[in-house]
Amino acid sequence: MKFLVCISQTPDTTAKISFNAEGSEFNAAGVQFIMNPYDEWYALVRACEIREALGGTVVALNVGPASNETTIRKALAIGADEAVRINADPKSAAYTAKQIAEYAASGNFDIIFFGKETIDYNGAETGAMVAEHLGMPYIANASKLDLNGTVASLEREIEGGVEELEVDLPFVLSAAKGMAEQRIPNMRGIMTARTKPLTEVQPCAFDDKTRATRFTLPPAKAGVKLVDPANMDELVRLLHEEAKVLS
Amino acid sequence: MVLVFADSHRGQFKKAALEAVTYGRKSADIMGGECVALTLGPVNDAGVLGTYGAHKVVNIPDSSLEHLDGQVYASVIADVARQHGAKLVVLSHTSTGKAVAGRLAVKLDAGIASGINSLPTLNGGAVKVSKSVFSGKAIAEYELSGNVNVVTLMGNAVKPETIGSPVSVENQSVTVPPSRIRVKSSRTQEGIVPLPEAEIVVSAGRGMKDPSNWGIVEDLAGELGATTACSRPVADSHWRPHHEHVGQTGIAIRPNLYIAIGISGAIQHLAGVNNSKTIVVINKDPEAPFFKAADYGVVGDLFEVVPRLTEAIRKFKS
Ligand SMILES: Cc1cc2nc3c(=O)[nH]c(=O)nc-3n(C[C@H](O)[C@H](O)[C@H](O)COP(=O)(O)OP(=O)(O)OC[C@H]3O[C@@H](n4cnc5c(N)ncnc54)[C@H](O)[C@@H]3O)c2cc1C
Ligand SMILES: Nc1ncnc2c1ncn2[C@@H]1O[C@H](COP(=O)(O)O)[C@@H](O)[C@H]1O
Repeated sequence: MKFLVCISQTPDTTAKISFNAEGSEFNAAGVQFIMNPYDEWYALVRACEIREALGGTVVALNVGPASNETTIRKALAIGADEAVRINADPKSAAYTAKQIAEYAASGNFDIIFFGKETIDYNGAETGAMVAEHLGMPYIANASKLDLNGTVASLEREIEGGVEELEVDLPFVLSAAKGMAEQRIPNMRGIMTARTKPLTEVQPCAFDDKTRATRFTLPPAKAGVKLVDPANMDELVRLLHEEAKVLS
Repeated sequence: MVLVFADSHRGQFKKAALEAVTYGRKSADIMGGECVALTLGPVNDAGVLGTYGAHKVVNIPDSSLEHLDGQVYASVIADVARQHGAKLVVLSHTSTGKAVAGRLAVKLDAGIASGINSLPTLNGGAVKVSKSVFSGKAIAEYELSGNVNVVTLMGNAVKPETIGSPVSVENQSVTVPPSRIRVKSSRTQEGIVPLPEAEIVVSAGRGMKDPSNWGIVEDLAGELGATTACSRPVADSHWRPHHEHVGQTGIAIRPNLYIAIGISGAIQHLAGVNNSKTIVVINKDPEAPFFKAADYGVVGDLFEVVPRLTEAIRKFKS
């Protein structure tokens, strides 16, 4: 079995978000970066668990600059066998997907794992695009995955419910909560991660039809209006008359 | 021409589909051309989409389309988009939309923006839209320069409006490729508005102390016709089902009204809820960080405040 896990690097949730004066670039100064939680906790850990049970190889893949290598090493420390970095500054999900698909096309992967979305651009697009480039089925928002030979059984989240389904290998999925539990890398993992292979691959050309042109900060909240805890009629009045959310 | 994929569940349209149709109509008014709504599988009364703004409704009645397979849906929607010369394809930012939109963009060599919350503006041949990014901490503008572009519309970003009148439904046949996904079972909670679609959400956290105390939360939700949610530690300790978990690692919601009870307002929780239109926080600690993100705050003991609020709403409704 061969599994590809696509990992992205995102600012930590607690990071202060700011942009340059033109609003064209994210200001990374002083920002702490992490592995996107869905990619780490759910996709990567489940891929490693299945590899531990059935054998095979887990390859972690990131499209990003050399400065992402700390995050990629963390994926190796958690349990990936090897890693690949496609050396590019991804500007859109479409661009990232093209790079991943180009790499994965010749990799004979049985399952290609994504996180359900990145916590920075919240796109939830990349996995579907890779699946289309490769002509594979795609299960979005999978919360459970088991393998039985070449058949996978999964659960996926749908609006207000869950679906159980089966699909034959190979296929693409995006992982949501439920698929696995967070794993803290241990000392041995961290040590061996240093010696595992991390290959750099050059990106292919892509005519991108999507461009983020400007970033702005949302208007500040007016500030909280405190209501007397003994007077809930007043809160109801405010919600009805002022906020207009109750009728 | 703007093509809207109006998703249905067991033959019924979800609220998200009606929002997408109204959005599509308004986009067509801006971009020129008609708004065509497309429905897949057997549906009841698809003509109603005309009421929400569609000039025309096309249905592919094939019963194999009842279950979602993004690969099959994308193939069918792309065919219809090509036949009609669509300039913009609108989907909902739901689990279905997310499984389909990216595929469609690849098929059509389109620009794509997901989870958008603004109407398009035109810039030469390109379309500009915006969306909330960094979990609500910033707004991004995207320029899409394909001959056709794909967007998914965030829930509750526009209201479904009755701006048209019912139209007749045109059945169309296209090649429906066989699905490679075998759906074994489908469980949905009937009668509950799913969290991403809910207009009012009542959510509670560790301040509740014990799962047996949830009755007061359910009473309040019942009185408001709201859907219930919870913070992560509450779901993690199995006090409440996992699908109620909102926040960075759970689901992100943007209801009109979010009432947070006994939740401290950690940044990871806020990440999933701070796009809500109005936020009410009930917490006994005046220093709780949630008050900084709130519109209305009640500093007090939730075990006294919540039943009082429920009573006040009952009085207001009657
Ligand atoms: C990477 C990461 C991801 C995370 N993702 C999420 C996520 O998706 N969603 C999420 O919710 N959390 C998430 N968390 C956890 C988050 O940081 C907080 O720990 C969590 O939100 C706290 O939950 P809480 O507010 O219910 O509990 P607490 O922080 O314990 O707050 C309880 C609150 O109840 C109040 N209270 C107590 N008794 C009463 C009373 N009688 N009356 C009124 N008020 C009372 C207290 O004053 C307190 O403010 C994540 C954390 C990490 C590190
Ligand atoms: N730069 C990247 N390198 C590798 N994988 C990525 C990258 N960006 C996004 N992904 C993967 O695509 C998923 C969805 O991302 P998005 O479509 O941006 O929400 C993420 O959870 C990752 O698994």
